[in-house]
Amino acid sequence: MKINLSRELPHLARIEGHGNIHLTVTQGEILEARWEVVESPRFFEVMLKGKHYSSAGILTARICGICSIGHCLASLRATEQAFGVTIPETARSLRLLAKHGETLQSHWLHLFFLAGPDFLDLPNLFPLPGSPSEIFQLARRLRGVANRICDLIAGRTTHPVSLQPGGVAVMPSREKLMTLREELHRSLEDIRLTVDLFGSFEIPDFVRETEFVSLKGVSGYPWIGGRLLSSDGVEEAENDYRRMTNEYVLPGNSSKMCRLSRPSFAVGALARFNNNFRMLHPEALLAADRLGLVPICHNPFMNNIAQIVECVQVTHEAIRIVDDLTSHPGDIMAIVTPRSGEGVGAIEAPRGTLYHRYEYDEKGYILRADCVIPTTQNNANIHLDLAPLVRRYAVEGMTDRRLELLCSMLVRAYDPCLSCSVH
Amino acid sequence: MNYLGIKPVRPRVAIFGFTGCEGCQLQLANGEEDLAEFLSAMRIARFRELSSADEEAYDIALVEGAVTRGDEEERLLEIRDRARVLVALGSCACYGGVPRLKNCFDPVEMNHEVYGCHPRESLPTRSLREIVTVDQEIPGCPVAKVEVERIIQHLIWGLPYRFPAYPVCLECKQRYILCRFEQGELCLGPLTRGGCLATCPRGGLGCWGCRGPAAEPNYGEFIAIARQRGFTLREIKERLSFFGGLEVTP
Repeated sequence: MKINLSRELPHLARIEGHGNIHLTVTQGEILEARWEVVESPRFFEVMLKGKHYSSAGILTARICGICSIGHCLASLRATEQAFGVTIPETARSLRLLAKHGETLQSHWLHLFFLAGPDFLDLPNLFPLPGSPSEIFQLARRLRGVANRICDLIAGRTTHPVSLQPGGVAVMPSREKLMTLREELHRSLEDIRLTVDLFGSFEIPDFVRETEFVSLKGVSGYPWIGGRLLSSDGVEEAENDYRRMTNEYVLPGNSSKMCRLSRPSFAVGALARFNNNFRMLHPEALLAADRLGLVPICHNPFMNNIAQIVECVQVTHEAIRIVDDLTSHPGDIMAIVTPRSGEGVGAIEAPRGTLYHRYEYDEKGYILRADCVIPTTQNNANIHLDLAPLVRRYAVEGMTDRRLELLCSMLVRAYDPCLSCSVH
Repeated sequence: MNYLGIKPVRPRVAIFGFTGCEGCQLQLANGEEDLAEFLSAMRIARFRELSSADEEAYDIALVEGAVTRGDEEERLLEIRDRARVLVALGSCACYGGVPRLKNCFDPVEMNHEVYGCHPRESLPTRSLREIVTVDQEIPGCPVAKVEVERIIQHLIWGLPYRFPAYPVCLECKQRYILCRFEQGELCLGPLTRGGCLATCPRGGLGCWGCRGPAAEPNYGEFIAIARQRGFTLREIKERLSFFGGLEVTP
């Protein structure tokens, strides 16, 4: 065990938003191993009050520059549930396709630009002038496909415009969908290269048992709506999400925390995988197998690997959706009539289960709003992982720098989104 | 690589984020076609979201987000001291953006509603230019990567950049996009600065004014026409105040 260590890692790099790690070991005893979110709060739940329903999705997309489509879709679902609106099947498919585009955008960003450099012993993935690396080119191509899905379906890579109450505003042309299909198909080769690349990385071997929460897949791997499931056996309806999240406030941390059956739980790719691996596409299962990801996996560093498995999954799903859209296009917009009431929208954002809940007056203006963010749900779990990680790795002889890196890698593995978490 | 026989200077660029969604910073990593060239045109001294490298000295600071805390104000003053050119990146930095919407709520009640009896520091939202001198603003929610590229080129060459004077309406007309206003939607296209290639109307959404005002916006006439078309003052006000760039209270 390390005898003495005192490190402050302010504004940890290569994560979304501002957070600090504090580590203090004195005479071989861990005095502090703390994860602290210091991002500035924005009070979205208050800003939503008095806003017209047509503003809700546009406003809440701005909670996050990475998962704006996720926020918009959770928001639209909450509004549509409150008004009793059922959206047409084609609109449902288009929304799921936009969602898959976002999952790819977000996962590739995290895997290559945020987490990847740690495994490559680089400060970043920026190209050297005149000689961009193979890995940079791979990242660039994969991110390109993801961005083009969002551009085509949601109208923009970030902060969607075509996803609107009642459905989707624009149906992409058949030609553009066919081009996208070819691109998706071609990207499977790049995904195979990514599997090989991450297969060559040494993933830290650290296990701390925890509870995993996600949507419950029924007919497929879950993305939008449905029941909520925990690996400790708790199951709730979408409307009763607050029994699943149990948010509480801790002084000195600008993000709230969550708990369920234990002091903390985890959401995100690894949680979805652990709870729903039976629903995965055979190719996704094959990738999991090749990368050594076996359910139920309690190593938080394997969240990186679960994200790759999900990229295989959503690429195959996206190809199938494009096939459906080109062979059976239909209506894309339902009539929306506001009424007083409340609605909940739960979706699987890239970083985990995201909930929006609104109460509306009879004219369609918001009376109350609540948003529960994936990273808020992960924060306590990140915090509680730190001390056992330090204990496990703080063997004599390990340099402070290496230990510091492992703690940073642990936080990054969760792919935290701190702007979101303090919305 | 020379341009017109001249070796271009690679300025040291640092990227910072305050209160916001970090979506504008991320646009810098988009535009896959010429991402390598774009990133190579500068020397990135600091980009915390994508890099753990951290250099003290830089020429150009791209600052995203609004200012809502004392520590952010201090950091901004320090950045102003160090940077030769300070650029406000995105509508939050330029106008306060969406975070400014909280300014019309009671700060104590607001804090209590979200954090109960553990309130957090949160000052009224301010844009960068309310605190320091800003050399260049790049509006948009989010900023458009092509516009950022163009503006960075101008900064590298030391040339002034001019935004279009015309409103978003012209962008739609150029592209044969059906008029959202004529289709019965409230659209701020007549008031808002063009240059966005009409991304929102093209995607089936009226303009929400994220890029701030075009030259000489006629607010009075716009509000009168919108009211004639049956929009309530509440709806018009909500839309005009959304991104904080249109300075009018109907």
